Amino acid sequence: MNAALPSELVDLAIPATAEVVAVAMSGGVDSSVVAALMQEQRRTVIGLTMQLWNQRRLPTLQSAGPAQHRCCSIDDVYDAKRVAQHLDFPHYVVNFEDQFESRVIRPFVDQYLSGRTPIACTHCNTDIKFDPLLRMARQIGAARLATGHYARIRKNGSTGRWELLRARDESKDQSYFLWGLTQEQLSNSEFPLGELTKEEVRAVARRVNLPVAEKPESMELCFVPSGNYVQFIHAYASEQNMSRTSAGGDIVTEDGEILAHHDGVHHFTIGQRKGLGFSTGKALYVLSIDAQTNRVVVGEDQSLHKTTCEVANVNWVSCEMPTAPLRTRVKIRHKHESALGTVEALDATTVRVVFDTPQRAITAGQAAVLYDADRVLAGGWIR
Amino acid sequence: MPSRIYLDYNATTPVDPAVLESMLPFFSGQFGNAASIHTTGQRAHSAVETAREQVAALINAHPQEIIFTSGGTESDNHAIFGMINPTNYADTNLISTVIEHEAVLNTCQALAARGVTVAYLAANRDGQIDPQHLRDLVHDLPNTSLVSVMHANNELGTVQPLEEIGHIASEADVYFHTDAVQSAGKLPIDVNALRVDLLSLSAHKIYGPKGVGALYIRSGTPLRQFLFGGHHQRGFRPGTENVAGIVGFGKAAELAAASLEHDATRISALRDDLERGLLQRIPQSRVNAATAPRTPNTTNILFPGVDGEALLIALDLKGLSCSTGSACSSGAVEPSHVLTAIGLTPAEARSSLRFSLGRHTTRQEIDAVLLAIPQAVEHLREISPNYPKEMSSSN
Repeated sequence: MNAALPSELVDLAIPATAEVVAVAMSGGVDSSVVAALMQEQRRTVIGLTMQLWNQRRLPTLQSAGPAQHRCCSIDDVYDAKRVAQHLDFPHYVVNFEDQFESRVIRPFVDQYLSGRTPIACTHCNTDIKFDPLLRMARQIGAARLATGHYARIRKNGSTGRWELLRARDESKDQSYFLWGLTQEQLSNSEFPLGELTKEEVRAVARRVNLPVAEKPESMELCFVPSGNYVQFIHAYASEQNMSRTSAGGDIVTEDGEILAHHDGVHHFTIGQRKGLGFSTGKALYVLSIDAQTNRVVVGEDQSLHKTTCEVANVNWVSCEMPTAPLRTRVKIRHKHESALGTVEALDATTVRVVFDTPQRAITAGQAAVLYDADRVLAGGWIR
Repeated sequence: MPSRIYLDYNATTPVDPAVLESMLPFFSGQFGNAASIHTTGQRAHSAVETAREQVAALINAHPQEIIFTSGGTESDNHAIFGMINPTNYADTNLISTVIEHEAVLNTCQALAARGVTVAYLAANRDGQIDPQHLRDLVHDLPNTSLVSVMHANNELGTVQPLEEIGHIASEADVYFHTDAVQSAGKLPIDVNALRVDLLSLSAHKIYGPKGVGALYIRSGTPLRQFLFGGHHQRGFRPGTENVAGIVGFGKAAELAAASLEHDATRISALRDDLERGLLQRIPQSRVNAATAPRTPNTTNILFPGVDGEALLIALDLKGLSCSTGSACSSGAVEPSHVLTAIGLTPAEARSSLRFSLGRHTTRQEIDAVLLAIPQAVEHLREISPNYPKEMSSSN
């Protein structure tokens, strides 16, 4: 073979010396700014946008007319492409619909049907963004994957461990959703927005004239753009013939007195007050949900406060699993002001948390995340 | 400036310089509306009719049996919708295949949603349908309005036994449509030898412009009108003719007819070298539908243990354009219905790439990709979680 021939392909290959970074682009401001920042660091950027869920998949949820302007929609993909074109780097849409359905959607629906209140975003981070997407990034020649998460990663010089930290901008902090990351996932990832405020991010977007600089933030789950979880769960569960979809049951007091009937435990979450479907003289809240008996127990606010919970599937992030009980702060939902408690290992992946003071609405399916100041020590699922 | 290597001619082709030249006068100078009565219009009309003759000649049809359309998709839609009685969907049968292009498949599905019974012929491991199956179906489904079987498959290049299918259809007195978008210019087409009643063509697959196609309608075929409007193209396909595009299509058809044999010989030799070279250099790789009759330019290769989407992107970043099954509206890769229809597992379908060569493909380019692809595959297999597992199970 003529040795001079393959020049065309070699010329175009990304220089091996440049640090190539893949940027996970949703089409929103945050991840678009990540791409701009990476370029300003003179990194070679490859944009990747995930196709996760076909909005046409559940026809009963469709409204007439063109697709809504939401995550996972064609509009967002086009926005990501416009940003890539504006900043002039290659961009691809990668299809993880199968993985997203089996690892995020199905567990999400299944958990609701089991009377729990799941967090889809955590599963998506651990099992999609930092799994097949990260692998895709590395397969196409990127050294690392950068995302628009508000959190920080740093390597601890003395322990050699990769640590996960809260974002500098606490109001935007997303570390609560990232506790599932392994050392390998952390070592191959970058969160360039961790040191910035949202305003600073918008300022970068305006400075480099990003076409999405003024785009509003999406607040809902990407696969339920309407925000109506119950409707989504109904549609998906019936399409998939998942059990317990229509099993109604009783709403009872702590003493077992039947107050009303309900249409399925997935309508409820712990601490919920509105939408119980009946009213008594006093304010009542959902205290517990028993999917086995389809009973929803309601009571007064004070009964919602509990001191202990068990946490399963624990992943130790910034430190090894401690051998002695640990005094630390624990956050039991995204918007929870973390509370001090004692954490004791029950086995290799389960811990018990005993709070110093009772906490309101500790909810099965949510995550308990352990913080030492800014550091995420560990996280797991509340049982 | 480095040039890219393009091995995706089944997706589209560059407009031939002679085609472009033929089109240019019809944008500003000869801008007339082919339906106008005056001289300006007559000139455009005459150019359109010349193109009609050129396109007809490519498939041995009469010019009056050709209507120009906006492309292959419109031609397929018109051919299929146009043969189905819209007042009696429930008593209508339609026969097609599982490996059709979406332009045919989704048209069939749209009709199925309205009550038409659609039967799909299966394809074997080599992407071929069984004519005996068709014989049985037209016998079992007496109210069959149309049989639609593609000529060459876009993903595999496999060619269906159209003569035999045409024979069966005509014996059963059933109309026969073929999507010949991927075979035109690559294989000789004679509508009489194939006994086809309706045939779809697209200009941009044969070095013509995008946005122009044609539908061949055998004289006497009771095809219904599909679009309604003015009196262009005898009122049967209204809409002001895309004169420049149609002229370019005509020129492209003329060039295709002239260079078909030469192109086929040269391109198939390069394709065979590419195939052989990749199979030699990449362990466990194999050609999908290898032993079927295929268009000279297409090869679809399975690289076990490799994520085809990642390979496609990795190769694109190196400057090589090729393709996986089909892309959805967002641009993401969708699992190929064709590859799974011929018996590949979803994992195998996801590990397959299509390379389609063309008139401008050179020996140097093939030599270059024979270095680049094995390298990329090896890299992907090194970091693939699937490769060792799949290997041990296949050994």
